[in-house]
Amino acid sequence: MGGRRTAWRLIVLVTLLKPVSNLFLAWGMKELPAALAINPLLFVRAMIDPLVIAGILMQIVWLLTRMSLLSVADLSFVLPVTASGYVISTFLGRVVLHEQVSEWRWLGAVLISLGAALVASSPRATAKPEQPL
Amino acid sequence: MRWLWLALVVVSAVAGDLLQSREMKTEGDAGAPGMRRVLRLIATRWPLALSILCMAVSFFAFLALVRIEPLSFAVPASAASFALETLLAKLLLGEHLAARRTAGAILVCGGIVLVAR
Repeated sequence: MGGRRTAWRLIVLVTLLKPVSNLFLAWGMKELPAALAINPLLFVRAMIDPLVIAGILMQIVWLLTRMSLLSVADLSFVLPVTASGYVISTFLGRVVLHEQVSEWRWLGAVLISLGAALVASSPRATAKPEQPL
Repeated sequence: MRWLWLALVVVSAVAGDLLQSREMKTEGDAGAPGMRRVLRLIATRWPLALSILCMAVSFFAFLALVRIEPLSFAVPASAASFALETLLAKLLLGEHLAARRTAGAILVCGGIVLVAR
């Protein structure tokens, strides 16, 4: 029971951290000069941008948290469930970065949410089929 | 140029995920490891260190991609790695894909295709 609760906490954390970190990375990168787009200097400049640094720190926490999650659940379970992060990223892009998002894209977001909910009700690991998450 | 960055994001992410999942699977019997234990595993197992390198490559490619493309394109498009990883998780890691999980994964993939339009 405790392991199951821990797994769900990890899933929520992994799902939310990624899109928020992506937002910070995109926000920071778009503030850099366009001329640097294919220049290696872009990455050096990016590393000292406060928004990019915040995004990187969040991604480090996300990475370590996800590694813990992968030790108790299959990759083929973790990936679909955390796919809702793609929807959250699209939402953040629209609301925070004021990007144009088409109706097709929103429809896709709904499909992803339904698919993630379906996967979440399936057994969590091949080796432990008797413990559905 | 954006497809080049996207391909780099996807391929390196898939390699990193598979390496990481294979190694962490052996730790599953002891439950979810704490952060200190995770860091110790990275330092002592070369596949985990290699997976971190792969993810670093994917990360920098993503930075370049998100610099030239909208976030609402870059993130869903990079989810192309999802379909490849799920397939390889079954083929290489021997993970069992139940019918419900497979159906859900297909639905998610369909949604990602629409989001990326």
